[in-house]
Amino acid sequence: MDKDNSYQSLMDRKNSIMKTSVGIDYSLYETGKISFDYEALMTENGYPIPVIKSIQSTHGVGSTPLKEMRNLTALARKYSAPGFGARIFIKDEALNDSGSFKARRASISVYQAKKMGYKGVITATSGNYGAAVASQAAKYGLKCIVVQECYDSQKIGQPEIIEKARACEAYGAEVIQLSVGPELFYTFLKLLEETGYFNASLYTPFGISGIETLGNELIEDCLRLTNRLPSAIVVTNAGGGNLTGTARGIRKTTTKKIPIIGASVNLKGLHMASDRDFNKKSFTTGHTGFGMPYMTNPDRSDVPRSAARPLRYIDRYVTVNQGEVFFMTEALVALEGIERGPAGNISLAAAFSLAQTMNENEVIIVQETEYTGAGKHHQAQLSFARANGIEIRFGNPREEIPGRSIILPSNPGLIKAMDVDLDVIRKSLIRNAVKDQTKLDPIDLEFLAQETNRDLPWVKAELKNLGVGWEE
Amino acid sequence: MILIKNNTWVQIEKIVLKPEERTGNIPEDTKKVPLRMWVKGWLQADAEMGQNVIITTVTGRLEGGLLVAVNPSFTHNYGDFVPEIQEIDKIVKKALYGERHG
Repeated sequence: MDKDNSYQSLMDRKNSIMKTSVGIDYSLYETGKISFDYEALMTENGYPIPVIKSIQSTHGVGSTPLKEMRNLTALARKYSAPGFGARIFIKDEALNDSGSFKARRASISVYQAKKMGYKGVITATSGNYGAAVASQAAKYGLKCIVVQECYDSQKIGQPEIIEKARACEAYGAEVIQLSVGPELFYTFLKLLEETGYFNASLYTPFGISGIETLGNELIEDCLRLTNRLPSAIVVTNAGGGNLTGTARGIRKTTTKKIPIIGASVNLKGLHMASDRDFNKKSFTTGHTGFGMPYMTNPDRSDVPRSAARPLRYIDRYVTVNQGEVFFMTEALVALEGIERGPAGNISLAAAFSLAQTMNENEVIIVQETEYTGAGKHHQAQLSFARANGIEIRFGNPREEIPGRSIILPSNPGLIKAMDVDLDVIRKSLIRNAVKDQTKLDPIDLEFLAQETNRDLPWVKAELKNLGVGWEE
Repeated sequence: MILIKNNTWVQIEKIVLKPEERTGNIPEDTKKVPLRMWVKGWLQADAEMGQNVIITTVTGRLEGGLLVAVNPSFTHNYGDFVPEIQEIDKIVKKALYGERHG
């Protein structure tokens, strides 16, 4: 009998499709009214770091070099007070097979799919993760489908995303390209049901545990090269997985507290599901349009419970503007002789600013780079922006209006990482988590304290503000 | 019309959701247009451009839609020259090395 594939019918089958396609019964981890046992989900479905290292090292992933950016550091010191200007290092993740840190996530997802006997893998992504899954699937002899939001309704595509479609096809994947809209998830579910393939979601414990090796390497590399621990690690933040996995890996490697700073491109004012705005933005990932909603509502992802929970780990959250990242991308080429993709340099732009506030003996690490090429290059993206009517000029980046202008700093001293108030985000997470609740269980309060990395009195005060009660 | 031969590598397009079938929770400009999909594969019978056809994709799936491209290729590139990029080089080299690099 043919199944009813109308939008609503398929959405109603979501949970059973998920269970079959990920191989995890998420209901086993639910504990209170809103809480679930995150650590049990991670421990029972992830792998220890030595196992992950072994899987990755035999599949072209990991052990990327940590490189000191001596000239960028010297440049940052030109704008620092005497004695300030931390040493800037980058972890050159572009050197993973498929060209980004996403290979770490894909390597464990695809390994799991193979181990469980799936014939293929599906992933919904317009980013580097598609190429990473396709590359790993090729190594394991699995079939691969990548579902992309690629074009606006006039079939005009972001050059960056089209390049990723090319890369996915090159690695042997079937690429399903869609116009703008969140109903991509509908197509994704339909394909999961039709093919019986594994859901290589970015947000399973497999994907997140794959990044823990990156956190581990950052600490070990830094100690080896500088004989000291980093004073800050800057992580580009979108869906929160990169930050979560890196922080978990760090905690498993050192007992010392290492500050984790999230960085996103500021795309304030642009709607992510808008057909019109789609080609007005010059970054398709690493931006606040993903960073904010995923931080305040992590379970909006494509699995019932996301393993990416950035608010548990983040110590500070900053934004930079598009013009600042494009500027730093070119500065990296001009001064360090390394050509890398713009999206990977979001945390570099932030680190360049943050380093100036740190002591010159300290170390700040930019935790990833990504590959570059046709489409996925600052010239391609600036040229595309100009063709879409975006004003590009030098000036003060603070004057940039996303969707209207890209302001390149007229001098490097104008690059400034802008702080986001994390308490506002934490309160928003609580508001989202309790929106259908009137009275919580004690375990829910503990859960919210962990989710927000705050103590119980703080959580209780916020619940009082929202008029939500709890059992003592 | 030119006949496209069976087994040719092509791209098809289909409407996944009509405007009235789209979810309520999206901006007005998106709600006005259909959700469109493009897939590539091998043509399953001789056909003409714009016809409704069936293809087999690289994973072996069958998919139907309008034939929109034959031997579809990627044409994305490095874009038009952006003079500001050269200007960035000048700015950072001058700032770091002084006027001699300016």
